[in-house]
Amino acid sequence: MNPSAISFEDFSQDWGSAPWLIDMHVDAYGMINMNIDATQVIQAVEDLRAYEKAPIQFLTDLCAVHYPERSGKELEVVYHLHCLTQNLRLRVKAALPESQARIPSLCSVFAGANWMERETFDFYGIQFEGHPDLRRILNMDEMDYHPLLKQYALEDETRDDKDDRFFGR
Amino acid sequence: MSDLIFNEKGQLRSVDTVDGELATLNLGPTHPATHGIFQNVLKVDGERIVSAEPTIGYIHRAFEKLAERRPYHQVTPITDRLNYCSAPINNMGWHMTVEKLIGAEMPKRVDYMRVIVMELARIADHLVCNSVIGVDTGALTGFTYMFQERERIYDLYEEICGARLTTNVGRIGGFDRDFSPEFIAKLRDFLMTFPARFEEFNSLLERNRIFMDRVIGAGPITVERALSYSFAGPNLRAAGLDYDVRVMNPYCSYQDFDFDVPVGKDGDTYDRFQVRQEEIRQSLRIIEQALENMPTGSYHADIPSFYIPPKQEVYSSMEALIYHFKIIMGETPVPSGEVYHAVEGANGELGYYLISDGGRTPYRLHFRRPCFIYYQAYPEMIQGSLLSDAILTMSSMNVIAGELDA
Repeated sequence: MNPSAISFEDFSQDWGSAPWLIDMHVDAYGMINMNIDATQVIQAVEDLRAYEKAPIQFLTDLCAVHYPERSGKELEVVYHLHCLTQNLRLRVKAALPESQARIPSLCSVFAGANWMERETFDFYGIQFEGHPDLRRILNMDEMDYHPLLKQYALEDETRDDKDDRFFGR
Repeated sequence: MSDLIFNEKGQLRSVDTVDGELATLNLGPTHPATHGIFQNVLKVDGERIVSAEPTIGYIHRAFEKLAERRPYHQVTPITDRLNYCSAPINNMGWHMTVEKLIGAEMPKRVDYMRVIVMELARIADHLVCNSVIGVDTGALTGFTYMFQERERIYDLYEEICGARLTTNVGRIGGFDRDFSPEFIAKLRDFLMTFPARFEEFNSLLERNRIFMDRVIGAGPITVERALSYSFAGPNLRAAGLDYDVRVMNPYCSYQDFDFDVPVGKDGDTYDRFQVRQEEIRQSLRIIEQALENMPTGSYHADIPSFYIPPKQEVYSSMEALIYHFKIIMGETPVPSGEVYHAVEGANGELGYYLISDGGRTPYRLHFRRPCFIYYQAYPEMIQGSLLSDAILTMSSMNVIAGELDA
């Protein structure tokens, strides 16, 4: 990966005290990870878009992850953002409790967030508040569960030939 | 569709009307002009499209869920079925994602071999897209010429891995075998004869008055809207922004090659056609350079814990048997961590977001599928245009159902 023109030191100096930021670090693969307050995600993205040194104008990807063992933060919405001029890639995460899986929609900022959020809603049941048309997109409308949540096993649960216990784990 | 009413004769009438009345037209799910399973409920005023409502998911196969129960090497066949017009790029992208996670360095030879295979796939994909634009404008001849050439690329795949469409080519850690002399001979023959035939195809369309009248101005998008819709690849470049993952975040030694990134201006069907045509020429340049400067060395990395050993060795060598068993049974420890790796797919930035918790399968795998992301701009791009232009816009965006629905 080409190094970005913006170092992590510069970046953390500029953004370390942002009101929506919980913490940030650079991971072993060189990607800047930010944990943010889920209620302020629009503010965070708009601030980053207005970043003078590296305007983050490209929403690369949006998805969610389910961690059932993290009490109170079972769901995590992950945004991959990209500054095309300075080649700065960011991973922004917002944790949500499963019981209150709501987060503001980014549709007002990025037109492309529309279907990505619909897909995330379809898979995880996360409500994107302010989304103009939050319906299922890949699965059928009659489906009554959100299939990528970890409680829905992919295969017959009585089947044990792929169970980790039998592989010494 | 609550705003639809029926008149006393049982005919469909729409409440919101332009010039008196609107007709509702179902384009798809299966329609010969859409080249795949796409449904669009169009509201048309005569031949003009007033609004479009796409429905997708007809071939959704839950790949992200499937991947959570598959060991890393078993995810590769899933990636084949994303963009099946350029399956090798998907395969290589996945191998590189896993290699990034485990921190494996590839020998230069592997990089160059991968570049050759990926650029062949890009040519095959662009040939399908551009020749089909010709078909949709009524010019079938170029399509028949170029599908012959695409068959030759498939023959090349077959020499490498035995498969043609869903290739499952390569391994985590390199290739399962070296390029054979037959492959090299066939590739040289392809490089020798293809450009002339390709230029012949190009001359059928590029300055053809009928073709130009049909495609110039059809389905345009501005660069601002394209960026807002997270376009990438040829569609973004046709709108005028030169973002190419191969240049911005070089992977697989792309920095070693000399090639140009073509950009368009108007983001219409003609620009998308032109950008893809030029990319085919640039891909040929890259393949020639890779073939000329092919480094010597091994065709796979020395990472026995992750690279599936050749089957003959499994039967005769103790180490190979052990590693084979460990990889197949998911006994190899994988570091936990998160990686995002992007490659320049034929349709744009193809990303893999992989979360590993150290288990034998990915904890979470998300595919950034360029088709899925840019197809949502389709209603906006065809609004106000003619129905026949909508067909052209779809084929020039190169929407592939497999990648759209995952």
